Amino acid sequence: MDLLLILPFAIPLFAAVACVLFRESLRFQRLLSVLATFLMLGVSLVLIVDLSGGEILALRMGGWAVPMGIVMVADMLAAIMLTVSNAVGALVLVYSLGELDRSHQKRFFYPLYLLLLMGVNGSFLSGDIFNLYVWFEIMLLSSFVLLALGRKPAQIEGALKYVVINLFSSMLFLSAVGILYGKLGTLNMADLAVKLSQEPDAILLNTTTVLFMAAFGIKAGLFPLFFWLPASYHTPAHTISAVFAGLLTKVGVYALIRFFTLFFTQDIDFTHTLLLVLAVGTMVSGVLGAAAQFDFKRILSFHIISQIGYMIVGLGLMSTLALAGAIFYIVHHIIVKTNLFLIAGIVDRIQGSTDLKRLGGLYASRPWLAVLFFIPAFSLGGIPPLSGFWAKFSIIKAGLAEGAYWVVAAALLVGILTLFSMTKIWGEVFWKKRPEGEETPLANPSGTATMFFPVVAMALITLLLGFFAQPFFALAELAAEQLLDPGQYIEAVMGRTNG
Amino acid sequence: MEVFLAILVGVLFAGGIYCLLRRSVIRLIIGMILVSQGANLLVFVSAGIQKGEPPVIEAAAQTLEQPYADPLPQALVLTAIVIGFGFIAFALSLVYRAHKDLGNDDLNTYDRTEQ
Repeated sequence: MDLLLILPFAIPLFAAVACVLFRESLRFQRLLSVLATFLMLGVSLVLIVDLSGGEILALRMGGWAVPMGIVMVADMLAAIMLTVSNAVGALVLVYSLGELDRSHQKRFFYPLYLLLLMGVNGSFLSGDIFNLYVWFEIMLLSSFVLLALGRKPAQIEGALKYVVINLFSSMLFLSAVGILYGKLGTLNMADLAVKLSQEPDAILLNTTTVLFMAAFGIKAGLFPLFFWLPASYHTPAHTISAVFAGLLTKVGVYALIRFFTLFFTQDIDFTHTLLLVLAVGTMVSGVLGAAAQFDFKRILSFHIISQIGYMIVGLGLMSTLALAGAIFYIVHHIIVKTNLFLIAGIVDRIQGSTDLKRLGGLYASRPWLAVLFFIPAFSLGGIPPLSGFWAKFSIIKAGLAEGAYWVVAAALLVGILTLFSMTKIWGEVFWKKRPEGEETPLANPSGTATMFFPVVAMALITLLLGFFAQPFFALAELAAEQLLDPGQYIEAVMGRTNG
Repeated sequence: MEVFLAILVGVLFAGGIYCLLRRSVIRLIIGMILVSQGANLLVFVSAGIQKGEPPVIEAAAQTLEQPYADPLPQALVLTAIVIGFGFIAFALSLVYRAHKDLGNDDLNTYDRTEQ
């Protein structure tokens, strides 16, 4: 049963190797990678059903005793993240079949994409901080190449900025790992939690804590470390933008949640208040940045940042409801944001641009596309009964319960401004008349049917999350309860005798 | 020895960040190399340095006896060096492309992503 935990990163690894071996046959690569991603989704679904009783699985790689070897751990949070990431991974891959041209595919798109998902999945399962660093690097290295794939000058520049800032954040992460190991002599997360809870001078670790916060903050796009994100995410092909927007920053958020619930909880007054302040800064600056933009994908990029703020608010409040809200928010956000990027890709395919000034009239010519945009856009804005409403509602309710009124005020304000951005896109792309003299590149673009399938599927998931929120929220609450009681995690990893 | 290495880590970080803040792309790469070496050295030093003590359990003993050299940081550094090497190699190829496209190495002219 424990061996199930290997599959989320073993499947993409072997599939990626096979794709490289059969580099001549794009057809084989397409078939194999679609098969692999849907298999990964299946494994994650099995995992989430298995764990819904509240148990935590731990796999000791190579059979080493616990603090020595590497452990892979799946609790509810990891299972939820795996499921939603692999669902998005599989659907975006289907979209890429319609969107990407042959030159992208020939330059190893499929193996890189699979390795990216492998890094993401490994990060969610890892129970060891250095191992987490390695998964991060696997994910980042394949994301670098994917970002530069296509070699347009703007892409090379975007990739350069992205590489430099991410390398720097990785070095902060590595330094923090080194310092923590020097102080405590362990890298295992559960063992760290035990040692830190027994440490009388744990407050002295605040510098290391903040080093980790900065490292993950850069990766998650936290205020004031987010400027690399809108400078790079809009440059590559839409498929690649979409999967980055959905998954990569959320791995940073996941790491923050894991670290700041499992073991950096000795000085909550300091760390979690700092997180709240940063989160409010993130929400407000992201949404204001978006208001100034006039490009479909750049508006969406800035909104990733403001939404990250909501998730970190949930972490900063540290109550069951707040954490459950944050987890629900991540799920909702991954699906909705990826979907919006995919729709931007379809708009680009139909009208040949993502610049709002050059677009228009899509409501008249493609009313179905307008409906498909409406669902994720207004879910992002938090209109009931769509999924974004429940996510925002639980975070705000938790904020009121904790008495953090300034955070609640900021969250409400940002919600309104988000709606403003979405109505701007709606008005410019769908409602207003097409500007004179803009040519349509192709009367009937090919491949759009394959591109529509994932968009429809994700819109349906958004509706499902909105109308039947209760069972999903129950899972998020289970995950939050496990996070707030680190004893369960420690016991699963270290075994009953030690605990 | 540890004090000396600790100061060296500080110098590497300071020099690296100074180079990262310059406007030239080549200095950017040099800065990245310095910072990543600083981080590697930090991991290496942080667990303490033991001279001439093998990390091997004596034939008669069950556990390692103090003092011993901790082999784990060295394994970590080895991994980190390899990863850092991959990063730098890729960054260099990107800089080469960017330089070919733009014809100069002034970072202030690298603003195509903002247009």
